[in-house]
Amino acid sequence: MSKELIRLIDCSMAFDDEIVLDSINLSIKNEEFLTLLGPSGCGKTTTLRIIGGFLQATSGDVLFDGERINDVPPYQRKVNTVFQRYALFPHLDVYENVAFGLRLAKLPEQEIDERVTEMLEIVSLKGFENRSISQLSGGQQQRVAIARALVNRPKVLLLDEPLGALDLRLRKDMQQELKRIQQTLGITFVYVTHDQEEALSMSDTVVVMDRGRIQQIGTPEDIYNEPENAFVADFIGESNILDGVMLEDYVVKFFGRKFRCLDAGFEPNEPVDVVVRPEDVEIVTPEKGQLTGTVTSVTFMGVHYDTIVDFHGFKWLIQTTEHHDVDEVIGIRLGPDDIHIMHRSEYSGMFGDYSSYSEEYDEMNDPDLYPEDLSEDSSESEEGAAEEGSET
Amino acid sequence: MRTFQRTFTYLVLLFLYIPMVVLAVASFNAGTDPAVWKGFTLHNYSELFADGVLLPMLLNSVIIAVLSSLIATVLGTAASIGMHDMKPRLRSMYMTVTNIPMTNPDIVTGVSLALLFAFAGTLLKMKSVLGFVTLLIAHITFSLPYIIMSVLPKLSQMDPDLQEAAMDLGCTPRQAFFKVVLHEIMPGVISGALMAFTMSLDDFVISYFVYGPKFVTLPVEIYNYTKKPLQPKIYALFTLLFMVILLVMIVMTMLEARDEKQQTQRRIAFRGGRNRKEVRG
Repeated sequence: MSKELIRLIDCSMAFDDEIVLDSINLSIKNEEFLTLLGPSGCGKTTTLRIIGGFLQATSGDVLFDGERINDVPPYQRKVNTVFQRYALFPHLDVYENVAFGLRLAKLPEQEIDERVTEMLEIVSLKGFENRSISQLSGGQQQRVAIARALVNRPKVLLLDEPLGALDLRLRKDMQQELKRIQQTLGITFVYVTHDQEEALSMSDTVVVMDRGRIQQIGTPEDIYNEPENAFVADFIGESNILDGVMLEDYVVKFFGRKFRCLDAGFEPNEPVDVVVRPEDVEIVTPEKGQLTGTVTSVTFMGVHYDTIVDFHGFKWLIQTTEHHDVDEVIGIRLGPDDIHIMHRSEYSGMFGDYSSYSEEYDEMNDPDLYPEDLSEDSSESEEGAAEEGSET
Repeated sequence: MRTFQRTFTYLVLLFLYIPMVVLAVASFNAGTDPAVWKGFTLHNYSELFADGVLLPMLLNSVIIAVLSSLIATVLGTAASIGMHDMKPRLRSMYMTVTNIPMTNPDIVTGVSLALLFAFAGTLLKMKSVLGFVTLLIAHITFSLPYIIMSVLPKLSQMDPDLQEAAMDLGCTPRQAFFKVVLHEIMPGVISGALMAFTMSLDDFVISYFVYGPKFVTLPVEIYNYTKKPLQPKIYALFTLLFMVILLVMIVMTMLEARDEKQQTQRRIAFRGGRNRKEVRG
């Protein structure tokens, strides 16, 4: 698990002056399930194609097992790919599709037969050998694509949004199936997806990308609990992102109030982004609340209610199992571990306001909000939040 | 309205095919005057097959048609692949350039080719350059655009990942072409080849300018016949020729229909709506 298999060093990619990848540095360990996660156009597929050998990075190096493989063509790399639209060969049946790579390697017929049969069993397609590709459902085609790649016993399997074309139920099944196959065979998986849930549930390591850059690398827990910037916090799960000021270690101020938190190592009075996950907010009566706000909309989601609460112009999403009426005034409490502090980034102020959730149009908020606390420093954070709230 | 539409369609078909029917009937007429029916006979056909001039000419035509369409298919397919890999702007430029010979009047193409061959002949100091080779070159030339026209769309319809998948599994680019890509574009290649074959078989205008006395094709020879009163065995020949072309066209249509059906099946199997343009993320 610990040995490094693939390393990308300063890989950049430009198509006609358009920079698609901007100095990517990435290390992929042996037998790891690594996911490249990001919105479309973030560079994740490009990264995959560079590893697969279908694209050559404009600059930078690709190392495989310590060897530079920039100029090695795809057919000489020890990786195989599962394509987004499967790319099965329509003129061959299931068996011959899977046997394709083995025949090219000129293996003896008996070994081909053994390996194809074994692989079809692993992907639960025994008995489908002579079916033509056009007779298969999407999920079955998916399995053939996986079998066709894995039968060659690659060191790394590259998967480009392999479940994107399947419906939700099938996708859930295949997620578990893929994870099982990966663990059984002990092969490194590099998985590309824009589905954050998929990334969190399957991966050992998640690489969050946007605008051709890596935003954060970490375990699913790290990415969710300790997002590095506003983009990651917003892309992975739901987040209320507020402007704040780090007064000193473990003390942050936002909405004109001081809160205790678990973060340290910031400059005194450094402006920061504060993340509060919707499920971490405790709703109390207005008198007991650190902040008070008005409920503006409630949506039943099954397990919980998505409750939008207006805190003087800035709207929060709070997920609670209790129902609160619209226009009810509530208080909230935040414990130190409910608050996560991030450095400011280019994404600050772009995410984390739920005003668009509500049909209601909010007018300019009250400028006299918490006047006693505002006197300390003309709290730009507060104004920032206020503007946010009224923008929608 | 509906009956009108239907009648109109039948009328168009009638006008299109009446000359052929007249010709076919005339080929079985015992008399020499096509306007007077003097009874059924196969005499014209037996005379045709006994003819020592027309049949070798037909063979010449077939040889040229087969060779030129084969060579044009190979060259045209290769050209299509090259054009397919070009950037869109350059590709459309190339398309226009290769399409011009199709719209160019045959007579212009014929005269210009004749001039070129005469010029080349002078350079090579050959007495008479016109013959089998010039005829073959001319036929390849005018067939090429038709091949490209039918192969290029097949290449753009093909899932571009297929070639990459083949290379991913160990194919060199050449192997990927022969093992995967060629299978995908085969319907286009075949229909292009058939089209080239029929174009070559019945070409007169261009052939007339580039043929030599040692190697004459059937349409050119028949033109020479028309200077004299037409012999009924010519009717028989035309009827046969028409049947051959008709057969080729039917095969072509059937191939296309089958191909379309397969494509539809494939799309259905993919559960529809997935042909959205892929975003390279």
